[in-house]
Amino acid sequence: MENTLERIYADAMEALASAADVDAVNDLSIQYLGRKGRITHYLRNISSLPVEERPQAGKRANEIKRSLEGEFKNALTHLASVSKTATDRIDVSLPGRVPEKGSLHPITQITNRICSIFSQMGFDVVEGPEVETDYYNFEALNIPRNHPARDMQDTFYVSDNVVLRTHTSPTQPRVMEKQPPPVRIIAPGKVYRCDSDLTHTPMFHQVEGLLVDRHVSFADLKGTLTAFIHQMFDDQTTLRFRPSFFPFTEPSAEVDIRCVICRGKGCRICSQTGWLEILGSGMVHPAVFENIGYDTSRYTGFAFGMGVERIAMLKYGIDDIRRYFDNDYRFLSQF
Amino acid sequence: MKISLNWLKEYVPIDMAVSDLADALTMAGLEVEAVEDRYAHLETVVVGQVVEVLPHPNADRLNLCRVDDGSGIVPVVCGAPNVTAGVSAPLARVGTRLPDGTLLAKTVIRGETSEGMLCSEIELGLGLDGSGIMLLEGDFQPGLSLKSALDLFDYTLEIGLTPNRPDCLSMMGVAREIAAIQGIKMNPPVFSLPDTEGDIGALASVTIEAPDHCPRYAARLLEGITVAPSPYWLQDRLRSVGVRPINNLVDVTNFVMLETGQPLHAFDFDHLAGHRIVVRTAADQEPFTTLDQKARRLSDQMLMICDGEKPVAVGGVMGGLNSEIEDSTTRVLIESACFDPISIRKTSKALGLNTDASHRFERGVDPDGTLFALNRAAGLMAELGQGRLVDGVIDEDCRKSGPLTLSLSVRGTNDLLGTDLDRDRMAFLLESIEFTVQDKGGEALEVRVPSFRVDITRPQDLMEEVARLSGYNQIPTTFPVLPAQGTTPSSMMVRRNQVRDILCGFGFSEAVNYSFISADSSDRIQLDADDPRRHHIALLNPISEEQSVMRTTLVPGILEAVQRNIARQQNSLRLFEIGKVFLPQSEALLPLEKEMLVGIWTGRRAKAAWHTRETACDFFDIKGTVQGLALALGLTSLSFTAVPDGQCRYTRAGHTAQVLEGGRTLGIVGEVDPEVMNTYNLKQPAFIFELDLEAIGRLASDSKQMTPIPRFPSTARDITVIVDQTIESGALLNAVAQFGEKLVEDLYLFDVFAGDPIPAGKKSVSFRVVYRSAERTLEDETVNEIHHYLTHRLITEFGAALPV
Repeated sequence: MENTLERIYADAMEALASAADVDAVNDLSIQYLGRKGRITHYLRNISSLPVEERPQAGKRANEIKRSLEGEFKNALTHLASVSKTATDRIDVSLPGRVPEKGSLHPITQITNRICSIFSQMGFDVVEGPEVETDYYNFEALNIPRNHPARDMQDTFYVSDNVVLRTHTSPTQPRVMEKQPPPVRIIAPGKVYRCDSDLTHTPMFHQVEGLLVDRHVSFADLKGTLTAFIHQMFDDQTTLRFRPSFFPFTEPSAEVDIRCVICRGKGCRICSQTGWLEILGSGMVHPAVFENIGYDTSRYTGFAFGMGVERIAMLKYGIDDIRRYFDNDYRFLSQF
Repeated sequence: MKISLNWLKEYVPIDMAVSDLADALTMAGLEVEAVEDRYAHLETVVVGQVVEVLPHPNADRLNLCRVDDGSGIVPVVCGAPNVTAGVSAPLARVGTRLPDGTLLAKTVIRGETSEGMLCSEIELGLGLDGSGIMLLEGDFQPGLSLKSALDLFDYTLEIGLTPNRPDCLSMMGVAREIAAIQGIKMNPPVFSLPDTEGDIGALASVTIEAPDHCPRYAARLLEGITVAPSPYWLQDRLRSVGVRPINNLVDVTNFVMLETGQPLHAFDFDHLAGHRIVVRTAADQEPFTTLDQKARRLSDQMLMICDGEKPVAVGGVMGGLNSEIEDSTTRVLIESACFDPISIRKTSKALGLNTDASHRFERGVDPDGTLFALNRAAGLMAELGQGRLVDGVIDEDCRKSGPLTLSLSVRGTNDLLGTDLDRDRMAFLLESIEFTVQDKGGEALEVRVPSFRVDITRPQDLMEEVARLSGYNQIPTTFPVLPAQGTTPSSMMVRRNQVRDILCGFGFSEAVNYSFISADSSDRIQLDADDPRRHHIALLNPISEEQSVMRTTLVPGILEAVQRNIARQQNSLRLFEIGKVFLPQSEALLPLEKEMLVGIWTGRRAKAAWHTRETACDFFDIKGTVQGLALALGLTSLSFTAVPDGQCRYTRAGHTAQVLEGGRTLGIVGEVDPEVMNTYNLKQPAFIFELDLEAIGRLASDSKQMTPIPRFPSTARDITVIVDQTIESGALLNAVAQFGEKLVEDLYLFDVFAGDPIPAGKKSVSFRVVYRSAERTLEDETVNEIHHYLTHRLITEFGAALPV
């Protein structure tokens, strides 16, 4: 008899294992636990067993009954969830609800990058007025009236004594007037020149730099700008310094980098020279210090300036300077 | 400035490829901007051997030639009288562009095919003979390139000279630099003067009445001159650097100027009244006609070269028509002078006349070079004009300063450059460009500056020469010794970038517009007649009317940007700009520069998608943008209230709010006015805000203080009141907030409704009040009591009713 009971249990478990759906489990439940089920039948016939076996058999039969009830219930829950998953699905390939994304102007991004590189070197970021006096824009920078150096920049005039600044350099005397050395500043901003064609816009952006202290040398200028270029582009970028002329620096140097487009082979961007002009720089001219009242026997310094549009063109492959201020959404949204 | 390689070779041997020369000059500070093959047009010109000449059947003066071009026989129609079988001549193949601009094509001339052209000297720019084809003497292989056959190699270099280097505005000056680069000496031109006769002192005189303007004036006289075209070599030299030949006298003055850098002028001596030269300033408003045939008015600041009666030249700028060299000229006075750079520049600017002479004088010519150039020109004119040189030189020299000697500290130089050059090296470098180093054995070098280096006035100028000549790239690369020092960016810069990032996050893209706008922008955006923003800083020399005044508001710029985008089918835009406006200040020289923020939204709020239809943006989108910005910046107490009609006319009446903080206006937010939309050709509504960024930056706050997380639950109650349509719902909310009930934790509006069953002219406003105590769980009775109180205050203060 016991064998029969264990047999029923084993049969039930085996059948349950292969029950594929809810109906099959319900059938099994009826088949084993229903009014005419095998377990029910067994319990009903327990009185036919010898008296001494009855308690043991009854206990075991009830154990099995409870166990099967649990198993069937679990199987039903599991099968219900399986069948729900089969029908209740979303198309995850449908587009999500993406928040609109805006973009910062490329000039802003490059300016911020330049400022952050120099900030890490300990330069303070300062700003100055865009409508500027002739004195700060020219005279204080050793560009007297009636000097041919004035021809280097086409100037917008507001009056005889007031101009739209042609460069960010007036921040140099403005800062030096207010503080004694050491000075370490970087000055981004808009500048204006009376020039408008394929490669010039009447407004553009520069970043100026100035460092004044004791024992500052041209070699230090080279080191600082090399470090900057290596961070701005990459540390494989080759630089060259070549003599130039700015009235407010001496010696003056243009800084060229090996063309980042053609790697020096010669292309349209670098006019086949393999080099790109990227910065103007030099040691602060003693006449500038004299105008400020800095002691030229104690202090030396270097200054530099760069065009933001130019760097952005190289970094982003922008081919037309006029795009910057046209504000075409299809352009702006690319950055 | 253009220079010719072959011309340079007259003064210095050049032992390097032209590309290397260009690099070396660039690295010495004379930036070579372009290198051109002077004979590039001869690439397709070869030696052609005429095999056969037959008369043209349909033209008397033309011949049909069969020419061996090395690869075959080509038919060429030729009209030259000297073409005969057996001769060799330059054959320009089809595709050649001749110096006069003609592009040769395969043609049919009166029925006969011609594939190329047999050329004369003048047609190829190789000489002056145009009478017949250029016969090539010698045994040349047909097909050999003409460049090889005649050894025609020259390059033109375009040098972008910086204003400090007038010494290099000459072949000799550039040759000197090339000599230094190669470690050799430059050879100045050697010439001898012809025999002289007479005495210039008896024939002519020079008086300098304005020595400040003209420190030196020298002259020589020639007689019996014949004015004629210059010989080919001289014309070719001038052409090689882009100067047009005129006649032998004028060409010599140009040639010597290009060679030495000293501008010269030739006067017809017989047109000089009294045979005198007087150097003086002009009378104010004195009329004068310059060589370019323009009548001009002079001023008393301008230096004039005059004869015994009248002005004959604007000194150092341009000669006068009344004394110019004519074909009949026989006596010539050559001027070689030194003028004050500032004086020349002022005159040149005032007259709008920039000439080769004024360009050099305003940068500074060599005051010691006056006589060399004068004699050089006199010798050439006597030779080419077959005239006689009058004995003697007039040389009025009023110079006050002599040669300059500077003391150059070796240590100071090394300190500034970061180098370790010794004194001998520095001396060697300076001597290579003709500085004289007087070695005194001390720490410093005593350096005599050559007179042609007018730019050198300080020891630092010499340091630059040392650096330049030793090579910038030989200077080490080091770092300045910097104290570790933290930097604090100004709060404005921090705020500006924060605003940018926030708006970017809201889907706005940053625009940058020009700071100058059209003067009529004020009308276009309907600013009131007395609006201070109508007062602009105006440019004296604008590029165009559209960019003639500095902006006083960012609105026109952003509207134009929208207009351009919409014209390009970009109809959904969210743009912002941060920039300065420029407000004139009556008592200050410079305007007030104020940083503003403008934002605009037009087109859709959301794209059509599988879960939603496309929706258009409205006022509450742009207002929400401003509110979101304020929240992100920690500005908690902004309020919005309707702008009185007429106060802001570029936005639509009844659809505009002013943005307030503590009673102060920070800006406006609203829908663009329909009239303004018309003006900017906008067909769809646009919503705009303009805010005072500096004020917002000052109000923004980073200071944060944690408040404890509530431990007790909140209870919410709704209020619905019916009020007049004219009452701003914001006023209701503000009122509740102002009642100061401590248990009111939050308050927000969730419904506004007008229409049936609400009576006309009224609206119902519903908002939720959230109550919470930090100390206990609130009981219903407590909350009900406060809620009741709030409701009744609203009823009394706003004449509100409760819904039925």
